[in-house]
Amino acid sequence: MSTADSIPASTVPARGASSVRIKLSRDDYALRTGLVVVISLLAILVVLPLYSLLSKSLEDMDGNFVGLQNFQEYFQTPALLTSITNSLSVAFFSAIIVLVLAFIYAYALTRTKMPFRLFFRGVALIPILAPSLLAAISLIYWFGTQGVLKSWLFGASIYGPIGVIMASCFWVFPHALMILITALSTADARLYEAAEALRTPKWRIFWTVTLPGAKYGILSTGFIVFTLVITDFGVPKVIGGNFNVLATDVYKQVVGQQNFEMGAVVSLVLLLPAVAAFIADRWVQSKQVALLSARAVPFQPKSEPLRDWLLFGFCATIAFIFLAMLGMAAYASFVTFWPYNLTLSLNNYDFDLMDGGGWEAYFNSIRMAIYCAVFGSGLIFFGSYLVEKARGVSWLRTILHLIAMMPLAIPGLVLGIAYIFFFNHPDNPLGFLYGTMGILVISTIVHFYTVSHLTSLTALKQLDPEFETVSLSLKTPVWRTFGKVTLPVCLPALLDVASYLFLNAMTTVAAVVFLYSPETMLASIAVLNMDDAGDIAPAAAMALMIVYTSAIFRLLHALLTRYLKRRTQVWRTR
Amino acid sequence: MKNLVYTMTQLSRGVLGVVLGLMLAIPVSAENLTVYTAVEAEDLKRYAAEFNKDHPDIKIRWVRDSTGIVTAKLLAEKNNPRADIIWGLAATSLMLLQSEGMLQPYAPKGLGKLDSKFRDSANPPSWTGMDAWIAAVCVNTVEAKKNNLPTPTSWMDLTDPVYKGHLVMPNPNSSGTGFLDVSSWLQIYGERGGWQFMDNLHKNIAWYTHSGSKPCKQAARGETPIGISFAFRGAKSKAAGAPLEIVLPKEGVGWDMEATAIVKGTKKLAAAQTLADWSITKKANVLYNKGYAVVAYPGVAKPVKYFPAGILEAMIDNDFEFAAVNRKRILAQWQKRYDGKSEAK
Amino acid sequence: MPESKQNFLRIDNLTKHFGEFVAVQELSLEINDGEFICFLGPSGCGKTTLLRAIAGLDPQSSGSITQAGKDISNLPPSQRDFGIVFQSYALFPNLTVFQNVAYGLENQKIPKPEIRKQVNDLLELVGMPEQTGKYPAQLSGGQQQRVALARALATSPGLLLLDEPLSALDARVRATLRLEIRSLHERLGVTTILVTHDQEEALSMADRIVVMNEGRIEQVGTPEEIYSAPASPFVADFIGVMNFLQGEVTNSGKVLIGENTLDCETANIPEGSKVRVTVRPEDILCSADDKNAANSFSVKVESVEFLGSFCRLILSGPDGFGELMTDLSTQQVHELNVTPETTFTAVFPARSLKVFPESL
Ligand SMILES: Nc1ncnc2c1ncn2[C@@H]1O[C@H](COP(=O)(O)OP(=O)(O)O)[C@@H](O)[C@H]1O
Ligand SMILES: [Mg+2]
Repeated sequence: MSTADSIPASTVPARGASSVRIKLSRDDYALRTGLVVVISLLAILVVLPLYSLLSKSLEDMDGNFVGLQNFQEYFQTPALLTSITNSLSVAFFSAIIVLVLAFIYAYALTRTKMPFRLFFRGVALIPILAPSLLAAISLIYWFGTQGVLKSWLFGASIYGPIGVIMASCFWVFPHALMILITALSTADARLYEAAEALRTPKWRIFWTVTLPGAKYGILSTGFIVFTLVITDFGVPKVIGGNFNVLATDVYKQVVGQQNFEMGAVVSLVLLLPAVAAFIADRWVQSKQVALLSARAVPFQPKSEPLRDWLLFGFCATIAFIFLAMLGMAAYASFVTFWPYNLTLSLNNYDFDLMDGGGWEAYFNSIRMAIYCAVFGSGLIFFGSYLVEKARGVSWLRTILHLIAMMPLAIPGLVLGIAYIFFFNHPDNPLGFLYGTMGILVISTIVHFYTVSHLTSLTALKQLDPEFETVSLSLKTPVWRTFGKVTLPVCLPALLDVASYLFLNAMTTVAAVVFLYSPETMLASIAVLNMDDAGDIAPAAAMALMIVYTSAIFRLLHALLTRYLKRRTQVWRTR
Repeated sequence: MKNLVYTMTQLSRGVLGVVLGLMLAIPVSAENLTVYTAVEAEDLKRYAAEFNKDHPDIKIRWVRDSTGIVTAKLLAEKNNPRADIIWGLAATSLMLLQSEGMLQPYAPKGLGKLDSKFRDSANPPSWTGMDAWIAAVCVNTVEAKKNNLPTPTSWMDLTDPVYKGHLVMPNPNSSGTGFLDVSSWLQIYGERGGWQFMDNLHKNIAWYTHSGSKPCKQAARGETPIGISFAFRGAKSKAAGAPLEIVLPKEGVGWDMEATAIVKGTKKLAAAQTLADWSITKKANVLYNKGYAVVAYPGVAKPVKYFPAGILEAMIDNDFEFAAVNRKRILAQWQKRYDGKSEAK
Repeated sequence: MPESKQNFLRIDNLTKHFGEFVAVQELSLEINDGEFICFLGPSGCGKTTLLRAIAGLDPQSSGSITQAGKDISNLPPSQRDFGIVFQSYALFPNLTVFQNVAYGLENQKIPKPEIRKQVNDLLELVGMPEQTGKYPAQLSGGQQQRVALARALATSPGLLLLDEPLSALDARVRATLRLEIRSLHERLGVTTILVTHDQEEALSMADRIVVMNEGRIEQVGTPEEIYSAPASPFVADFIGVMNFLQGEVTNSGKVLIGENTLDCETANIPEGSKVRVTVRPEDILCSADDKNAANSFSVKVESVEFLGSFCRLILSGPDGFGELMTDLSTQQVHELNVTPETTFTAVFPARSLKVFPESL
């Protein structure tokens, strides 16, 4: 459109001839102020901490600038270098395994008439309700030295890459599944009809239509699983044994040895693959948009007994494994003293007698999750509203959108460390936040900002852009339209965001593990610490408390959404 | 729709109110004292509760972690200390902090009643002892039998290749127990012999843990047949029903004191001193005795159930000076030699 | 209130570019009070851009706009005086019909009963008195557009802007609404600008039509003028159906087409100029016996297309004429016994021919 050859040269006015300046209305001032405020806020909470991290990596213990010396030291430490290969290989294998399993599972859910699809879908989402540590703990009960099925490993130890990959596959499965379901649901039935009309064999249809159609979803899933696994540290911490990975190195350097400079270096090394995967994923997503823009006829699966029952067997196996993972942890949490006293009791739930912060940690978690849901969804929705609806100043909106995209590329551990450096700096006026609930809430909201931002942006984009124009012509202030139209119409999306933040706040470990204080101990960290102290059964018990709470919350969310849809969104029904 | 908007406004007002209320709900009456500690978590609540019976106006904010971590944390915060007082950290660590000039010397009321071994010899002392904790080896009899492992009787026994992959010990960098083990071996076998011993031991170690009690807890659960840990932890797990035998190797066992010290520069000196005073009372020592066979206040100690007999005789003549002065060097050396096998943290 | 009835809205030298692309170019226009104006032109010619500049939604790059004697070039939309209706209706989906129409009234501190009365009057006006409690999704497209119209009129704006309001509706509804909007305009007398790419719509509704092409005005005039006296080949082509003949002026009043000469008004086009001669299909006279009349040529029928009340014939004329279209009533087709391959004589009356220099 802006290529010069589209217009006769003579008519091109001097470039940069500015538009007539329109006086700003009160609304414009309000929205622009909002933009500046939110941008500053995010700059303080995202950009500045990263800068602190970067500068810390170039300093020595006493804060003198030493250039790349820390990096040099890092790359001369063989033990640390091994972690890079360990991390990459574990993430790579997990990504491949999950991709294959989740693809078949998603295919069965979306493209067949297999029975119990809804049930299978529900079961596969269970891991989302639990911290990643739960999988590792459960695996220890299944395959550890005292594991029920230890013999199945033929003498191999679960403590190490095997355990890490197995546990990782479990907890990232639903994340992969959701993307793949979306990718496979957007099929164009006409392509299949055309292929069938040409008497194409089934397997060829699969290779030539199904797979290419889901190509971008598959790539995207690969990148996301890779990032999730490489940046997770709960799993390798619990079941890694002597198998060191980047994420545990960061933790070891910072928490174990209080060597913050080296921690900064390792976390920057960890940032690299995460950023690379992020960029690759963005690129893939931009391709995908073009693919979907043509309106397609939705695909209606037909029943095909043999295939459906084969896939049923597959899904049942996976679902059984998932239930077994959860069930074992639940069972073990009631066992008085594994493996010598199998009588059931509630002893392991007596958290107050153990390392890890006790029941208070559990209630702190709920409190934090509620704050995240309330403040987080408010802030994020407001931010995405500004990105979508502020008039003019497109450069400000672009800046806000770009900053909002950044957290997706920043692993939680890296964010957590960056926050230590930033907020614990003696000169930072925000230092009072350090060690409070506030910093936990802030770091969690920031950590999960991007996905929430994109969710509410999508909801806002579905509104007719002319709503605001009409309101202007009717001389209605922008806040009134926001309150009377935008917000009510987007309420379901807003609830989704709140629920997403709540669940993640309940289960997250990564960023907050560096930021909690004794008063703000969280349940997920208690799981980690109890495991660390050798109290694995109570750790399982606490992890299950998180699962129960998340499940109840999910249920409440579903009910509330339904109620709202009935009560206030009558207009949706025709 | 109007109703909805109204409801939402009311709702958000309510939520905001509650949230602000919760955030601001810091108790105003009591003084908060930040106490760093490495004492077992399950004991902390009791300590605080007993202390608050006498001093309800001082609220304790615990910061608990393994000995090495608390030490490293204190060192890292040297220029910006967050702790007011340390209650329950290895004496060797406190001596290190003392040499960094981070402790505030103070003679608690009733100092004279304490066993003289259990205090800094300077006057006023920089730290006062609470109790001693003593290394031991936890052997899971069921698992040992399953793996045909003989019960070890000495440290040297543990270097026997039959134990390969069956031993777990704490990482001395993070765990105080780990450090007292290492420092005792260096004292028993001498500098060269000690490292030689550890080289051999390292071949048998399955993994090093972050916490000092974890090896014994893992032995208790049978995750490993043998865990190098401390006696008190073994006694507790045994009381919980674990098939454990607590072995005191015949060369003698390392030990360390848990001690109390005020952090220099605290803004709450008076409250910190109150706590320091209380920490050496007879009452407090009775409390320590619940978990420790040996405490600082003479005549208080009563036998602890399942605690191995002959422990006082097994304790080596510990050179704290040596341990404290060489701590940094020993740990660096250890890390260089063995860290590859360390569990995260 | 407007100072002069003649000049309610004045656009002077308005230009708008997007980057280097010029969407509207040095455009000037005057609109009278109470007039019904249509912006007509192919898609992408800048109609919406111009409309949005008038509303202040996308400010012009240069040029000025005066409304009711006041320079509004720099005013934000909220300080201008207009109501607007879009092709997408843009009704608030979560508000009822009543609430949608009342939306603009509610921040004017009007007492509730007054609002109720006004809303009901408006809905009556647009012919939807019964549906106040329904939500937009429960209405048909035509009904939604009526509500949108009522909402735009609620605040009694001095200027009503309609951007392709009928384009999303099916043909029958579109025809009815055309009439209704027109009669609404007659009753209220509000100055109205309607943007459309549908010439039929513009011809049937407008007092005056502004034909636009590539960001410029091609012609401004009544529907009658635009149709019968197009000012440029573009307008000629865009409005209605038109035959074009390529030729060259040989003498004043004579144009050579291929080997034949046409008599027509060449005004002051110099001799030797390449020109295009236009003639509407219905202006070509077909009869069997006018062989000697001026501008009469023998033509052959290539095909006949039945279009209900009339038939469109595709003819091939003498060399240089190319294919021509002409419309005959069904009855005439029978009388002349027209079938493909039939030949007859067609007359091109001089007064119906318009000559444009090739360069235009
Ligand atoms: N925001 C924009 N940025 C760049 N080009 C635009 C923008 N809006 C419109 N255009 C271009 O300006 C031209 C005129 O657009 P518009 O006024 O919408 O045409 P229409 O006459 O169909 O209403 C089109 O070529 C369009 O692509
Ligand atoms: Mg348009």
